[in-house]
Amino acid sequence: MNNAMLRTEGLCKAFMLHLQGGVRIPVLSQIDLDLHAGECVALVGPSGAGKSTLMRSLYGNYRADVGRILIRHGGSMVDLATADPRVIIAVRRQTMGYVSQFLRVVPRVSALDIVAEAAMARMHTLATARGAAAALLTRLNIPARLHALPPATFSGGEQQRVNLARGFIGGHPILLLDEPTAALDPANRAVVVALIREAKARGIAIVGIFHDAEIRDAVADRLFAVTPWQDAA
Amino acid sequence: MSETTLLSARGVSLSFGAIQALVGVDADLWPGEVLAIVGESGSGKTTLLNVLSGRAAPGTGAVWYRTPDGQLLDVHTMPAPALRRLHRSDWGFVHQDPRQNLRMGVTAGGNVGERLMAQGSRHYGHIRDAARDWLVQTEIDPKRIDDLPRTFSGGMLQRLQIARTLVTHPRLVFMDEPTGGLDVSVQARLLDLIRSLVARFGIAVVLVTHDIAVARLLAHRTMVMQGGRVVETGLTDQVLDDPQHAYTQLLVSSVLNA
Repeated sequence: MNNAMLRTEGLCKAFMLHLQGGVRIPVLSQIDLDLHAGECVALVGPSGAGKSTLMRSLYGNYRADVGRILIRHGGSMVDLATADPRVIIAVRRQTMGYVSQFLRVVPRVSALDIVAEAAMARMHTLATARGAAAALLTRLNIPARLHALPPATFSGGEQQRVNLARGFIGGHPILLLDEPTAALDPANRAVVVALIREAKARGIAIVGIFHDAEIRDAVADRLFAVTPWQDAA
Repeated sequence: MSETTLLSARGVSLSFGAIQALVGVDADLWPGEVLAIVGESGSGKTTLLNVLSGRAAPGTGAVWYRTPDGQLLDVHTMPAPALRRLHRSDWGFVHQDPRQNLRMGVTAGGNVGERLMAQGSRHYGHIRDAARDWLVQTEIDPKRIDDLPRTFSGGMLQRLQIARTLVTHPRLVFMDEPTGGLDVSVQARLLDLIRSLVARFGIAVVLVTHDIAVARLLAHRTMVMQGGRVVETGLTDQVLDDPQHAYTQLLVSSVLNA
């Protein structure tokens, strides 16, 4: 247990909605999750149970109310629940990648550079990063003629694949995948399954939400049940 | 990761008569970091920017800047000539209205070169080369180097102001609504330009904006101001996606999605 890449201890998260008269919506209660190098843990539970909330909390995008989120970062464990914003930025750059459900498009930046930018933390020249980005985009069936275009005009599936390339190219030791195959056709789903298996073989630790049971069975080593808050107590 | 801040403010307050423009504001900025200050009109964000940059004195509190050789300067007690020198060298200021910074009767190249000359450059050829290089970096056709700014569009003027500001390689740039008042397409181009230049040169920025999309695109950290107080501060995506304070929740929920 001491060699976990990621571990949560008693993680709780509620949303306080000030604009709705201060309604408090509890979502996560006492989450204890362990994640080790080279394994893929799939979060499962009914819609609304808090799977995405847990994922966003693990990434430091949502703030934990109670508990710890320990990440193995540069040889020591840092607690994202209390870490300085600058530490969270460093963790995201070096240690933990995240593939969201939707690509956030930046005006004027080409698909190639969106992916290459994510590779720059690990590769030393822009040329190397762009070479690797082009190869991965091509593997995800984004044809070369699209690489120089900003993805704003791409289809949902194409944007998702740019997002996946951006997530996988960083080589982060921990990878969070939120519905990575939702918008993809079978051929591209197979590419994603292969990418996940290769990442695991390289020792990368993965937490994922996969609604597609076939994909989940193909990549997950373990399931982690996220239960709706009412049932948890 | 640097352990020392570039700029720090502690307990900054300022009143204009009965109006409390700033109330006990603390702020820190680290080298290479982009900090956004967001809030509605009248929240005190521009006043704070002016106090941080020494353009306005606080009623109480202090602001310190750390020089490249590690010296701490109190921005509001240092001699005025030294503060002016800082504004010409280590610092830059980008105004919402570029006409506040540019000299409209001087050519584009002259506007950019002037800041280098103020820093001591004297070689005409070098100054002109640097000016041309910065016109290219800010996507202004270098053929326009001898044209007067009054022949430029609003977006070009803003890019010229950025060229003039960055030519001296400042470590810290203050920006007051740099994309305010521009067409959306012009705004997108400018944002992308600022984003890439700031990242390439590792410039620290204090950015005032009422547009939270601008904060999301550019800023590592975001401070939310209301009524002269900082009501929330943190990692930009955390503040915008999981806002804790009632006012931040209102600000985030008021944005229309295009």
